[in-house]
Amino acid sequence: MAEKQLMYGNHALVEGVIYAGCRFFAGYPITPQNEVPEYMSIRMNEVGGVFLQTESELAAINMLFGAASTGARAMTSSSSPGISLMQEGLSYIAGADVPVLVANVVRGGPGLGNIAPAQSDYFQSVKSGGHGDYHTIVLAPNSAQELFEFPKLGFELAEKYRNPALILADGLLGQMMEHVEIKGEPVDPKSLPEKDWWLTGCKGRERRVIRSYDLRPGKLEEWNWQRWEKYQKIIKNEQRYEGIKIDDAEIIIVAYGTSARIAEAGLRIARENGIKVGLLRPITLWPFPADITGELSKKIENFLVVEMSLGQMIEDVKLAIEGRSKVYFIGHPGGGLPNAQEVYNKILEIRGKK
Amino acid sequence: MKLLFGRPAGLTEIKQRYCSGCGHGIVHRIIGELLVEMNIREKAIGIAPVGCSVFADEYFNCDMIQVPHGRAPAVATGIKRARPECFVFTYQGDGDLAAIGTAETIHAAARNENITIIFINNAIYGMTGGQLAPTTLPGMRSTTSVKGRDVVKQGYPIKVCELLNGLDGPFYLERVAVDTPKNIIKTKKAIKTGFQYQIDNKGFSLIEVLSMCPTGWGVTPVQAKKWIAEVMAKYYPMGEFRNRAKEAK
Repeated sequence: MAEKQLMYGNHALVEGVIYAGCRFFAGYPITPQNEVPEYMSIRMNEVGGVFLQTESELAAINMLFGAASTGARAMTSSSSPGISLMQEGLSYIAGADVPVLVANVVRGGPGLGNIAPAQSDYFQSVKSGGHGDYHTIVLAPNSAQELFEFPKLGFELAEKYRNPALILADGLLGQMMEHVEIKGEPVDPKSLPEKDWWLTGCKGRERRVIRSYDLRPGKLEEWNWQRWEKYQKIIKNEQRYEGIKIDDAEIIIVAYGTSARIAEAGLRIARENGIKVGLLRPITLWPFPADITGELSKKIENFLVVEMSLGQMIEDVKLAIEGRSKVYFIGHPGGGLPNAQEVYNKILEIRGKK
Repeated sequence: MKLLFGRPAGLTEIKQRYCSGCGHGIVHRIIGELLVEMNIREKAIGIAPVGCSVFADEYFNCDMIQVPHGRAPAVATGIKRARPECFVFTYQGDGDLAAIGTAETIHAAARNENITIIFINNAIYGMTGGQLAPTTLPGMRSTTSVKGRDVVKQGYPIKVCELLNGLDGPFYLERVAVDTPKNIIKTKKAIKTGFQYQIDNKGFSLIEVLSMCPTGWGVTPVQAKKWIAEVMAKYYPMGEFRNRAKEAK
């Protein structure tokens, strides 16, 4: 039987990272994710991995760039202001086609904001937060269990496509204690097959170069189009979501992470009152599960998007729906949380408009 | 016929794009020679910066990575910690190392990270066309200090070896120059010393090289060499600032 433990979300993330065979962590303290570097420093020591507390998030992301370029599974975690500082590095890493894993335990913004849970870094995560044309693969856990499971998935996707991957959590998920089932086989880092781009020293082979620039006329455009093809593959193959009672639904809520947990409670109230509400929970935010969203909009008239922001994911929902359905919104920016009753009230309001 | 002097195997066949009289080519050659002479080419990973030497990733005949402006010491740290068996060096200019990358430089030195940094100080931003660098001398003209560096408005230059020598961390710090054959020989000796300390797991080495930039300085290559001896080396005195191996004796 799988082992079940009561864990902080942030600790579950650390265990998931170790379980995924990652033996390189570099990071800088920032609330509400401090439990990650603290616990990581202990765990990396136990498993013989590398733990580096850095001078800044700039240094952390660039240490990942170096470590991952040699083939190491490398990760960092931070929270919103720190992730902003990493955008330069992420752009270079995406431009050099290097796989790394970054966790963002999001807090209220903009600026220093506050340390309350938020979802206001959606745009930054899915639209490419740094300069240039690129995308990061973005996974949105909604529980400590998924914080444990997603690092492995994140590394696998990152390596499959040679692309940075993000885990977009929030302060509530990180600080909440939940049961976590430690399941699946832990990855032995030594078992990972060597790739033909790893920098290991050129003994017995041609030298290798990792770079994100190409000054030859037309070549950078070409390279960007090759990356576009990769992105199209990711969009086609990697859309992930959870559908809760979507088959008979007359109203669909779209929400991810913490908002999805709260929206599901609103859904239960609605169902108890005989209203057929469904929940579409995107698990990948990039690629956004546009296919299922579009499909549902062909038979469902009303959508309700719930976010802890001024409304960011709602743009992707609308793009997927292409004007076929009405899209309503509940938003709480700046570290505010929605609640189940509010979601239920909004559903009543939407129905009343018929 | 026996070849007596040719391109070292530590450099690629690619033609370098540096200006006439530039010091980069000399320092590249020294590193290229040492990669072979010290038998480290096949385990080396070099780090190219942003600046004139961005193309170093094409020139050194070993595994290379080109990285964001100023972040080379952080990338080097990641590589060395992930693969301690590899030989890791960065090649950085003064804007890269002493302006935008000051924090990464100081903290890699403070950690005594087991890497070697080759720091080219030519007192100017070469790649972008001759702007004021953190190392531009007081009174020295640049495209953003056309009447000369005014220390009241633009502050004073940063002396990197002296700055790092205030830290407990670094193992070896030396300032050299490539203006004369004698100094070039000294430069090779200093870089070799730094490389050896990394091989011996001693820790952080930084070799600062005073280097000519006739294009950025607006002078001839011959004048540039003279200027190093007569002006630059007086502000930036050459010598060994730190050598923990000698202290231990």
